Amino acid sequence: MKLVILEDYVQSSEWAAKYIRNRIVQFNPSADRYFTLGLPTGGTPLGCYKKLIEYYESGDLSFKYVKTFNMDEYVGLPRDHPESYHSYMWNNFFKHIDIEPANAHILDGNAADLQAECEAFEQEIAAAGGIGLFIGGIGPDGHIAFNEPGSSLVSRTRVKTLAKDTILANARFFGNDLTKVPTMALTVGVGTVMDAREVMVLITGAHKAFALYKAIEEGVNHMWTVSAFQQHPRTIFVCDEDATLELRIKTVKYFKGLMHVHNRLVDPLCSMKVQRS
Amino acid sequence: MPSNKSVSEEPITQFVNCRILKDHQLQREDLWVREGKILNPEKLFFDEEGYADHQVDCESKILAPGFIDVQINGGYGVDFSQGCDVRGGVALVSKRLLEHGVTSFCPTLVTSPPHIYHKVLPEMEVHDGGAEGAGVLGVHLEGPFISREKRGAHPEHCLRSFQQGSLTDLLEVYGSLDNVSIVTLAPELPGSPTVIQELVKMGVTVSLGHSVADLSQAEQAVQQGATFITHLFNAMLPFHHRDPGIVGLLTSDQLPPNCTVFYGMIADGIHTNPAALRIAHRAHPSGTNTLCGSIATMDMCVRHFRKASGCSVEAALEAASLHPAQLLGISQHKGTLDYGSDADFVLLDDSLHVKATYIGGEEVWRK
Repeated sequence: MKLVILEDYVQSSEWAAKYIRNRIVQFNPSADRYFTLGLPTGGTPLGCYKKLIEYYESGDLSFKYVKTFNMDEYVGLPRDHPESYHSYMWNNFFKHIDIEPANAHILDGNAADLQAECEAFEQEIAAAGGIGLFIGGIGPDGHIAFNEPGSSLVSRTRVKTLAKDTILANARFFGNDLTKVPTMALTVGVGTVMDAREVMVLITGAHKAFALYKAIEEGVNHMWTVSAFQQHPRTIFVCDEDATLELRIKTVKYFKGLMHVHNRLVDPLCSMKVQRS
Repeated sequence: MPSNKSVSEEPITQFVNCRILKDHQLQREDLWVREGKILNPEKLFFDEEGYADHQVDCESKILAPGFIDVQINGGYGVDFSQGCDVRGGVALVSKRLLEHGVTSFCPTLVTSPPHIYHKVLPEMEVHDGGAEGAGVLGVHLEGPFISREKRGAHPEHCLRSFQQGSLTDLLEVYGSLDNVSIVTLAPELPGSPTVIQELVKMGVTVSLGHSVADLSQAEQAVQQGATFITHLFNAMLPFHHRDPGIVGLLTSDQLPPNCTVFYGMIADGIHTNPAALRIAHRAHPSGTNTLCGSIATMDMCVRHFRKASGCSVEAALEAASLHPAQLLGISQHKGTLDYGSDADFVLLDDSLHVKATYIGGEEVWRK
């Protein structure tokens, strides 16, 4: 793995956005060859989305030939509920960029047959040629997407009942009323994300530090599902200083020492403007 | 980029680079229009997988709901109460009103003899606005059931009182109430409570004005269903600390629950002193409706009201759009930029000068 440590939330969001930008621009997507991106929701990626929107507005990045697949969606929450992941993606990302609506895929938590919806999603990913870069976050309990502790590390897209920790963490988006938080969700499996050609996990804040420690310094364990990515050939963990608080000093020093190498991935920064001219 | 045609073939226009008045605040959001109505872009994106056919750059201007004028007696050489060339007069005024950001209005008739009402009313049909001019929401009948002492410029010999205390009195004078949205009357006239009730039942807005009513008569009228005060302060008893009269309705505790009393104020700097505007607005901000004055246009009054009362831009704009729509019970589709509303709006610069007017999403006037 690459462990990229930046000083704070803003800088780590920017690094991640630059990396995504470079990957898309260098791929040079077109109508015959789309770039496929897996996308997360939640508090962590907001800064990254903001930077990506800036890059679109400045003309350096276009999402016209990008297909996206979101990781998850609540079950039973109306699609236009302000806390649904459809609303989140629309307000925080899609409405600000030039992605074609047909290329933005999000699981439908109100589908009549949830299992069929999950299977169809897997097929759509396959039809799109698989995911090129899957971006994810980590829960305080070490989950990726809604793959709660105990989820199979080879799981596929399916319906999951949320763990208490997750419901508590989400309560702040529902006026701190636990009764209003959805208890089930559709989620990509650990196996689904592992199939991506590249994975980037964003981890910021001290409250995620223990999960990061469990994910990268202890063994692969289905109780901390992000640990599965120890067995993925191309994973980058992008984090801020606070998220490293539970790591061994040796680990942190080693990876900080590699920053000059990591930074070559974002500098020089590529632009679609240059390509067009 | 063509829109997905799963719901409608009609083109979609996206107004970008603007600050729209939404949820009582100016927000940096795009406005989407299809078939003359404001479209929900999120539904368009997810349900229809659609997007805009054209984009209009609003150059960072303010995009506010079109102004609604509920009391206008004429203008540009036209007097609605004269009775000659009614259709031509309404057409001329409705066209010129577009320059001042008014997209819907209520042509107002002052106290007149019955033959004028019988002639004029059938020719002032309710109709939607468009390139030809602002929409007519319905006629505002200001009189003749008003107070002699407070008639102002209304002709004395045409004043009437209620003989039967019922709709018959009105129908005798007006002929028909078909195209009527608002009736202004003086509630102290005997027989008025039942008249008010019957008008409200018909869906006509009842307004109090040109009156010497005391506060309790005014409160009674509101309990019967009156919801508007015609040009507050003008043509009514002045505020008195032991009997505030009609003005006291702004803070009365005798009103039915969930009932808002709206009031029009002529914010032209002449009919009301700025301090009076401020007192009224501070006492009851959610009821303020901007009215234009004799030569002051609606947009001038919006600017003047904002300056005089020190209120926010949002409040000044709502006093000329949302509140009149709420008064007339049409805020489901007029006076707001909510999804599903009619796409009647104005583009304004930061000092609230009208730069362009749109009705049903089509540009009907540009500076």
